[in-house]
Amino acid sequence: MSSGTEVARVGPVERRPPPFGGLSLPVFVIEVRRLLRNRRTVAFTLVLPVVFFLIFGLNKAYASQRAGSGNVSAFIMISMALYGCVVATTGSGATVSLERAAGWSRQLRVTPLTPLAYILIKMATALVLGFFADVIVYAVGIATGQPSMPVHVWALSAVVVWLGSLIFGAFGLFMGYLLPSDNVMQVMGFVLWLVSFGGGLFVPLSQFPEAVRQGAKFTPLYGLNQIVHVGLNSTPFDWTWVLNVLAWLAIFVGGAAWRFRKDTARV
Amino acid sequence: MLLSSAVRWTAGGLAEAYLMDGSDDEALVMRGRPGLLPGVVPAIELTAVRKLFGPVVAVDGVDLVVNPGEVVAYLGPNGAGKTSTIDMVLGLSHPTSGQVSVFGMAPRHAVRAGLVSAVMQTGGLLKDLTVLETVQYVAALFSGPRPVGEVIERAGLAHITQRRVGKCSGGEQQRLRFALALLPDPGLLVLDEPTQGMDVEGRHEFWEAIRKDAGRGRTVVFATHYLEEADAYADRVVMVRRGRVVADGSPAQVRAMASGRVVRATWPGADTGALGALEGVSSVEVRGSTVLVRSDDTDSVARYLLNQTSARDLEITAQGLEEAFLALTADDPVGAGAGRAGAPS
Repeated sequence: MSSGTEVARVGPVERRPPPFGGLSLPVFVIEVRRLLRNRRTVAFTLVLPVVFFLIFGLNKAYASQRAGSGNVSAFIMISMALYGCVVATTGSGATVSLERAAGWSRQLRVTPLTPLAYILIKMATALVLGFFADVIVYAVGIATGQPSMPVHVWALSAVVVWLGSLIFGAFGLFMGYLLPSDNVMQVMGFVLWLVSFGGGLFVPLSQFPEAVRQGAKFTPLYGLNQIVHVGLNSTPFDWTWVLNVLAWLAIFVGGAAWRFRKDTARV
Repeated sequence: MLLSSAVRWTAGGLAEAYLMDGSDDEALVMRGRPGLLPGVVPAIELTAVRKLFGPVVAVDGVDLVVNPGEVVAYLGPNGAGKTSTIDMVLGLSHPTSGQVSVFGMAPRHAVRAGLVSAVMQTGGLLKDLTVLETVQYVAALFSGPRPVGEVIERAGLAHITQRRVGKCSGGEQQRLRFALALLPDPGLLVLDEPTQGMDVEGRHEFWEAIRKDAGRGRTVVFATHYLEEADAYADRVVMVRRGRVVADGSPAQVRAMASGRVVRATWPGADTGALGALEGVSSVEVRGSTVLVRSDDTDSVARYLLNQTSARDLEITAQGLEEAFLALTADDPVGAGAGRAGAPS
């Protein structure tokens, strides 16, 4: 370099790595703004569960029949809120697939951001969209005046739906790392649809033959769907539901971590 | 470097890797490697670095010391191992064997300390963010970054801060990557094929921004296969071919290698030994019935061919920088019997 000595020279000035591995509010805010800017995702996530609720949850044939401490309409509302939340968190987790394809993940790896902080930001963003999905279904439920259950069950089920759906953020991450970006969303939509049937979100499992009913107990949404209805149902709490949730959480987190390692090893 | 990549990504693993590298570096300094200046921690130090992808050797034993303040062009054709080397310097991958250190530490540690940043090849940006959002996003990942407005100004993006990245031209996107790389005010800036796919105007503006910045004494290493860029913007050119360094010197030295012209003639059964023995001939190559002779004195080659042999259809062309570059970096035809090196046998 032929620069004169009077020029302020750029030397190796070492900086402290950022606290929390780069976990920061501005990044979270930008991620949320980005997510809400994607109108198709937002509409799909927020509108579909409401439409399902309006179709299935208000059917005069059974809507006001008793179900545990409430009625069938309340039962279906909780199921649809869970469906919306799960679509939100899965989709948000799966955006890593697009970011990986765009090379953004690679760009981030030349910053102090740690993978854990990155995943935490993704999950927090997923919770924001999940929150809207949850609240909108419940708001529509209240507006129709059909669902009926004790006040504490309204509140408790809403919170359990919201936080419980985070498990599927890990599922989204796993799929996002596993599948190519161009069809990850389609595959995911189909898988979630199947899993929702298996969990009894769309049709009560009692409507299926015994063999199907037994098999359904091992699907990823079964345990969570039972747990979110705990306040409403009169059936006693079953620890196998928790086992189902924890087992699938372990599979999703383990799968995401496995694919993530493969991804970072490859350049 | 024994740690797996998975472990290296955890904080504990990083500290460990750093300690390991630190101790290795001391040993290296004591051995007194060439290129090392006393009391100066090199910006980059590669020691016998090899990188294999399965059976493919991407980097084949590279030793390289880049001292602080140098502007180095890493020049080679596609597939020469440039990106593989850069990935190791940035801590994106790890050498199969050998040592890589950046300012005396493990690359990933140097990245976390904001000592090194990079302008990557195409990609690496989110199309749905604006220019400003992208800079704000990455700025939030560093502790004490340069102000967002300042790097935007220096990268020449002030007029398009609200534009979506997807709507930016290739040159604008590359300047955005440059802005991101400026955020930690790094001691070392690494550019991987920074102007690939850019038009002339974009290329000019990009180098203008880099040149202004390099004037402040930042260490810059850029990979390129554009010889003119290496010539115009580097004070040192390192040429690589098939994972090895084949030349290392100033641009002037590189240009000197490019002197001479090429005589092409049709001469079935050419006597390569006799041609190689002529004054000034640097190489003789036979392609079927055609013979190519590189020489500082093509007149005497032509005279010899026309007067003393059956050669015909003579053609003499100037050998530019591009040809010198190709001569140094092109792959040898595998198993070709024709003598290529000029040394008379």
